[in-house]
Amino acid sequence: MTVAVIRFGGSNCDRDAVRALEHLGVDAEIAWHEDGLPADPSGVVIPGGFSYGDYLRAGAMAARSPVMTEVREAAAEGTPVLGVCNGAQIGSESGLTPGAFTTNRSARFQCEQVHCRVERADTPFTAAFDEGDVVRLPIAHGEGRFEAEDDRYERLVAEDRVLFRYCDADGTVTDAANPNGSKGGVAGVLGERETVAVLMPHPERAALPDLHGGTDGRGLLRAFA
Amino acid sequence: MTAYTAVVTVRLKRGVLDPEAERTQEALERLGFELGDLRSADRFEVDLDADSAEAAADRADEMAERLLANPTIHDYTVEVEEQ
Repeated sequence: MTVAVIRFGGSNCDRDAVRALEHLGVDAEIAWHEDGLPADPSGVVIPGGFSYGDYLRAGAMAARSPVMTEVREAAAEGTPVLGVCNGAQIGSESGLTPGAFTTNRSARFQCEQVHCRVERADTPFTAAFDEGDVVRLPIAHGEGRFEAEDDRYERLVAEDRVLFRYCDADGTVTDAANPNGSKGGVAGVLGERETVAVLMPHPERAALPDLHGGTDGRGLLRAFA
Repeated sequence: MTAYTAVVTVRLKRGVLDPEAERTQEALERLGFELGDLRSADRFEVDLDADSAEAAADRADEMAERLLANPTIHDYTVEVEEQ
């Protein structure tokens, strides 16, 4: 049983994800998208990067590739699926998760450390935390502003599908702590099931010891352990 | 079959923030232009053969639904011309 980390043309966090998972003792391998998913993966990671050069919209091309049909099927069967950064954009573009990630309020690429508040602790990705915990993770994106239609957003909140919100170091969700203008400060959301999640911050970049930025990302990746 | 060009225009829905358009407007203002507002849009010109203008529009509509637009943030229009 292996976690499949999907590599598209332009993925660039695929090896980081494998390395971080292996550091936690989780068997993981890169799956080139044209080869499809390996048989019975124990989980799927859609990694960050710039698949297809962000042509049309970030994630739009990769979201329509055949492997994503397999990912949606695996997700529907309960296989844990995590989309990170460009993987989050691909996940929302493919309908795995609600909403959209679009141009940052600043219109700039932003690479910085952020704090996120755990909104739900009863998912595999947040089981290592308590609700209200603050995790510190890096972001690196130009199109990470979460958007959803007002009624869709209200439904999302009512269904308790917000997984993380950007917050200050004390866990307060404020506009100042919102790096990209995301609606409601949303940093990550759940799909139809709590085993499917996407987020813009990079847990795999906060998982190895001795790297700047801490190791809070391990908690998320333990979903695959 | 007739040759048509379908023009698909994809724009952000009213009320959705467009930071690139804002920066473009600021740049125009720095150049000395006076303007009230600026909106940007993506325009796709699709050449295709179809039995009728309506059939060409239907196909372009499906292209917009399935790829060219993201319904969460975009509205789109389709206009068809005979080539």
